[in-house]
Amino acid sequence: MSERAKMTLKLKIWRQENARSKGRMTDYTLSGVSPDMSFLEMLDLLNEQLISQDKDPVSFDHDCREGICGMCSLVINGQAHGPEALTTTCQLHMRKFKSGDTLFIEPFRAKAFPVLKDLMVDRAAFDEIIAAGGFIDIATGSAPDANAIPVSKINADLAMDAAACIGCGACVASCKNASAMLFVSAKVAHLSHLPQGQVEADKRILSMVAKMDALGFGNCTNEAECQAVCPKGISISNIARLNRQYLRAALLSEESESMDCLEEGSH
Amino acid sequence: MINVSIIKKQIAGFAGLLLCLFAMAHLAGNLLMLVSSEVFNRYAHALTSNPFIYGIELTLLFIFLIHLGLVMRLQWENRSARPEKYAMQKRTGRGATLASSTMVFSGITLLVYLVFHILHLKFGTDYRVSYDGIEVRDLSRLVMEYFGSPGTVGFYVLAMTAFGMHLSHGFWSAFQSFGFSHAKYTVKLRRLSIVFGVLMSIGFSILPLWAYLQGV
Ligand code: FES
Repeated sequence: MSERAKMTLKLKIWRQENARSKGRMTDYTLSGVSPDMSFLEMLDLLNEQLISQDKDPVSFDHDCREGICGMCSLVINGQAHGPEALTTTCQLHMRKFKSGDTLFIEPFRAKAFPVLKDLMVDRAAFDEIIAAGGFIDIATGSAPDANAIPVSKINADLAMDAAACIGCGACVASCKNASAMLFVSAKVAHLSHLPQGQVEADKRILSMVAKMDALGFGNCTNEAECQAVCPKGISISNIARLNRQYLRAALLSEESESMDCLEEGSH
Repeated sequence: MINVSIIKKQIAGFAGLLLCLFAMAHLAGNLLMLVSSEVFNRYAHALTSNPFIYGIELTLLFIFLIHLGLVMRLQWENRSARPEKYAMQKRTGRGATLASSTMVFSGITLLVYLVFHILHLKFGTDYRVSYDGIEVRDLSRLVMEYFGSPGTVGFYVLAMTAFGMHLSHGFWSAFQSFGFSHAKYTVKLRRLSIVFGVLMSIGFSILPLWAYLQGV
């Protein structure tokens, strides 16, 4: 390795034994950090040291480390996925920081994302929202011939933009209201822009939003911090679209009536 | 349906837009003071002696309470959506603005302001004056007297700054909540929203400042 200066960092990391215990910020000093390391590799280095000292390593989520799976999380110095735009924590590199920096490392925080251990949170709430309607029920057969189903260029693009969401939850983590609107709106949009998604569009919107509310996410106040931290650049224009499609579905759709009946039945 | 997050926001936003309409009418009335105190007093008399006034006032109060009640509920839900706070939270600078992140504070400022505003002016001293044999309330005199104090003027200008900030986010935000989004016009709407907020806060600050300077 080159003689590039190794960095020494002061880390303030949220440590929490398990879901029920109370956590607290704990200080660590870590030296020998290469600027070429990713943020997660920096945490690996810390964990190696902790393990060699017979201490409990810091738990954090990760999987692909390529910026595509959405498993990595962390709020770094007060920002979800750290200070760099359009970047997941696993793709954030230590060259973005300076030796001597103090780094606050915290889990994504929301009532709907309970901390399991240290920096690891349970994001199953997102799966529940998807299970509530973020799919297509009808048999669509095997992959159709290209262009057999006409989709306009603009709709194809908008659907693809929305489908870029990796479901990491940074939108929730960065929103001061812990709202999941960006996630839900992206998941609704990538289906509703396509003909296959039209059939169940109203039902999907009504049930996904109902699930989102029931899980205890907050209400969007249109501040766009979600869009700012989203590693995939999902736009809040999806939220606007969800808002108007919801209103339309709630007022005009037959699905809305049957949903209301279901709701009453369950009480 | 009223319990759905999106619908609550839409109703709160719609009520907010209606309050904007009222504020614009109110401002137009205020500026009549600059024409002459007689025009102002006659206008105020025409408004308050109108048989529909109670119905209109009740409607206004109702709209205001809807807005207030819903945003309080939304805010309460938002706070409980994150029970454990971050040790450090920093805005990216690419999303939230000063106005958007202080909506609660500007709102509370306006609420406090409104109490004093209504108490001191609407229910303030009932001076009388006659024009062509018709006795009307001399609201103009009360206004001039009221804004003779620099403290009051300062408080009003402060409250109206909060008002402008509240509008500069709230106005476009209501449209976003209803689902208005357009590649070109949303940018323009956000700009218009800021211009609207600035104009309203300047507009409402003119009368107190002007009245104060008259007395100096
Ligand atoms: S670990 Fe897969 S996106 Fe970061």
